Amino acid sequence: MSDIAAAVRRLPLVGVLGWQDIRQRYRRSALGPLWLTISMGVMIGTIGIVFGTLFRSPMGEFLPWLASGIILWGFLSSVVNEGCTSFIASDAIIKQLPIPLFVHVLRMMWRNTIILGHNLVILPIVFIATGKAISPVILVSVVGFALLVVNLLWVAVLLGAACARFRDLAQIVASVLLVAFYLTPIMWLPRSLPANVSAYLLDFNPAYHLLEIVRAPLLGQLPSAMNWGVSVGLAIVGWTLTLFVYGRYKRRIAYWL
Amino acid sequence: MAFIEFENATVDFAIYNATGRSLKKNLLRVATGGQIGADERGRVVVRALENLTFSLNKGDRVGLLGHNGAGKSTLLRVLGGVYEPSGGRVRIDGNVGSLIDISLGIDHEASGRENIYTRGALLGMTRARVKEHIDEIIEFSELGDFIDMPVRTYSTGMHMRLVFAVSTILRPEILLMDEWLSVGDEAFRHRAEARLSSMVEATHILVLASHSRQLIENTCNRAIWLEHGKIRMMGDVHSVTDAYFGAVPTAAAA
Repeated sequence: MSDIAAAVRRLPLVGVLGWQDIRQRYRRSALGPLWLTISMGVMIGTIGIVFGTLFRSPMGEFLPWLASGIILWGFLSSVVNEGCTSFIASDAIIKQLPIPLFVHVLRMMWRNTIILGHNLVILPIVFIATGKAISPVILVSVVGFALLVVNLLWVAVLLGAACARFRDLAQIVASVLLVAFYLTPIMWLPRSLPANVSAYLLDFNPAYHLLEIVRAPLLGQLPSAMNWGVSVGLAIVGWTLTLFVYGRYKRRIAYWL
Repeated sequence: MAFIEFENATVDFAIYNATGRSLKKNLLRVATGGQIGADERGRVVVRALENLTFSLNKGDRVGLLGHNGAGKSTLLRVLGGVYEPSGGRVRIDGNVGSLIDISLGIDHEASGRENIYTRGALLGMTRARVKEHIDEIIEFSELGDFIDMPVRTYSTGMHMRLVFAVSTILRPEILLMDEWLSVGDEAFRHRAEARLSSMVEATHILVLASHSRQLIENTCNRAIWLEHGKIRMMGDVHSVTDAYFGAVPTAAAA
């Protein structure tokens, strides 16, 4: 707990290191992280055409759904993946300077938030291309995003500590994320599922709820009470567990690196 | 008031061999039979520091002596707050500064100026504080216009001058050093020496690990001789250096 409070006091350091990561990508490259945006845009276009035709979904509905889903999933999965290595990647700093460990997690989060900002450029383009109207509900997505970040932070801390100890866990996490990508409605619409299956793939899928609290308002709908409930519940349970584990093993992390 | 107290501090490193590091193997072992605990989970433990008890007060200039692997660097890391001891108690009052690995965090693609801010932030300085000192840092490092060039274009000497200039801005109450820093050409070395000496003078407690008898005797008033992670001898600097270097006559001549 004190480590997290100390990390919050070192927010300027988080900012400096996070920006440094981004600036590194811009060096000697005119577009920098925008290259990722371009490749993501191309991917959205391709998947949109193939799957939209395959599932016979109307493009006006399917493309915005797909674009917002893929952009948010890209953020979620890179935070979880890089969360696994956030302590390992900073081992030189951890072993030399007494900087709160949570700083390294916040740095990773900040870096990915900036990259998400780059990728969001795709959305207005898709909205204009498909003629989708923007409603004021979109502002709710800011609240949803904050809740998503709170959840991802505990996941990253927990995985970061676990992966420092068990190095092959990162590989397992990467595979799980890949599977989750297909199980979560991103490339397909929930209503194309038969009713009896949808309960499993949607209601019991935490990733779906976390995604929905940001994606639904982006697309002009309010997330359901269940989406909010599950996300808040996850944050409370997750942070309780994480604080317990982290409090217990935090001092061992430097030894594991 | 700077104060350091060690009470039976012990640092153990569990060495996770390929078996321990891998979750899969752990699960498999559970599946193949309950041998856990039979060989204490097959772990090898390296005891880097064992039962260190000492206290340091304001005005102490402590030299750390010992062969490679005696635990000097580990002790410096415990003092720096990187490792919390796995046994015993350590109390450290006062802000700790370290002149170990002063190149840490340098981004070679970034300019010298950007690196001053990054390095300053790592050392806990606010942006405003760095800004206050930046002209002084640039002037001291003698980098001139190179300060806005990427660090990868620097020579080794320029690089060292830059990181030295940033790291010696701080005036910590407890200062940790691993050997004396010596940077640059003859002219620069004199200025660096003066700056480092003033930093050492301003600090309340100095802990300096070194293999040089002359350096320890000139800088320190106390000494700790570590051997296999234990304190072999501790006390007045001359009695410890006499005993340590007396045992190794060739080192004393050097």
